[in-house]
Amino acid sequence: MWNTLKRWYHQLGSPRYFYRFADIVLPWLWPLALIVLAIGLVWGLAYAPVERYQGDSYRIIYLHVPASSGALMGYIAMGVAGLVCLVWRMKMAEVMLKALAPFGAVLAAVSLISGAIWGKPTWGTYWQWDARLTSMLILLFMYLGVMVLQSAIRDPRQAARAASLLALVGVINVVIVKYSVEWLNTLHQGATLNLFSESSINPAMKYPLLISMLGMWLLYAANVLMRARAEVLSRERRSGWVRKLVEGH
Amino acid sequence: MNPVRKQRLIVVLAVFLGLALATALAVYALRQNINLFFTPQQVVSGEAPVGTKMRVGGLVMEGSVVRDPETLDVTFDVTDGKGTFTVHYQGILPDLFREGQGIVANGTLVSQERFEAEEVLAKHDETYMPPEVQDALEKAGHPGARKDAAGS
Repeated sequence: MWNTLKRWYHQLGSPRYFYRFADIVLPWLWPLALIVLAIGLVWGLAYAPVERYQGDSYRIIYLHVPASSGALMGYIAMGVAGLVCLVWRMKMAEVMLKALAPFGAVLAAVSLISGAIWGKPTWGTYWQWDARLTSMLILLFMYLGVMVLQSAIRDPRQAARAASLLALVGVINVVIVKYSVEWLNTLHQGATLNLFSESSINPAMKYPLLISMLGMWLLYAANVLMRARAEVLSRERRSGWVRKLVEGH
Repeated sequence: MNPVRKQRLIVVLAVFLGLALATALAVYALRQNINLFFTPQQVVSGEAPVGTKMRVGGLVMEGSVVRDPETLDVTFDVTDGKGTFTVHYQGILPDLFREGQGIVANGTLVSQERFEAEEVLAKHDETYMPPEVQDALEKAGHPGARKDAAGS
């Protein structure tokens, strides 16, 4: 098991191998992600039962929670890539660091906007400077910061090292986003889905939510692989295998 | 692991842990300001400053909502089980406002027993269920049927 993981780590760490892997996976991942997301969203938005107090307005959860969870997990992945980048100076970690940021920023923005739209009919306000909402806004700024820092420095290796420090430090904020609703008094309610205890959502509402979340994560993965593939090609443009690939077609 | 990488790993982890600790201390020290609202316990014990603008939060006490039939005036008691005070508000309440519901009110604490609200927001809890399930729970006398509506 450990040896298999180690072999994958080294193989996917090679840009050439990664390119081939992405080429094989992507044509399947895109349709799979879109189908899973469509099933989850249609089920949740059209067929899941109404909520006892919120009525139909709770249905925005099927967009809000997948987007928020994607944004949080994407940032943790970016932090791990940052750590690998700083310590092991691995090229593919630099590529992943760059590939993870844009869609993560989009998801963070979707989470904030859908949350505001949900907040108006339920809480009675679009925005409050609540710990959960504010830390989520900071997460969006962290994503944008990582992107801006990368494009501000011309040398890609220097840029990656600067950005990886920001990515790694920002993981602290992810912890604050997650636990703000438990540690502090907030307007935002606590976590509904729990990994280790029973979730406080009716199963008829939970399954479409889990499917939408899976679909959103797959969509994020497909987007990251596509961006990483393009970045690999651009970085390795002078290497033999890329030349052969381009001239061969 | 080769010694250069090992050293880099130690430095990076030390920087990360140091910043995490600094952030934790800062959040802990500033939690009074980061907390969105004062709880009824804090209001009753005098921790919340009287006469200033602030937010308070808690549960609307069952049977305490009094609406003026002529105007939009409404008064209700807010509690957290450890303290209770009365909120007066003039305006339209959010749809989710009910007895037993968690709310956050923005306004002025006139005295330790009375809060003049300018804005009332409804909290909603993390429980989602269809109305039929709620009815079934209430019919069966399930203790969660009302309590979970209270929010946290």
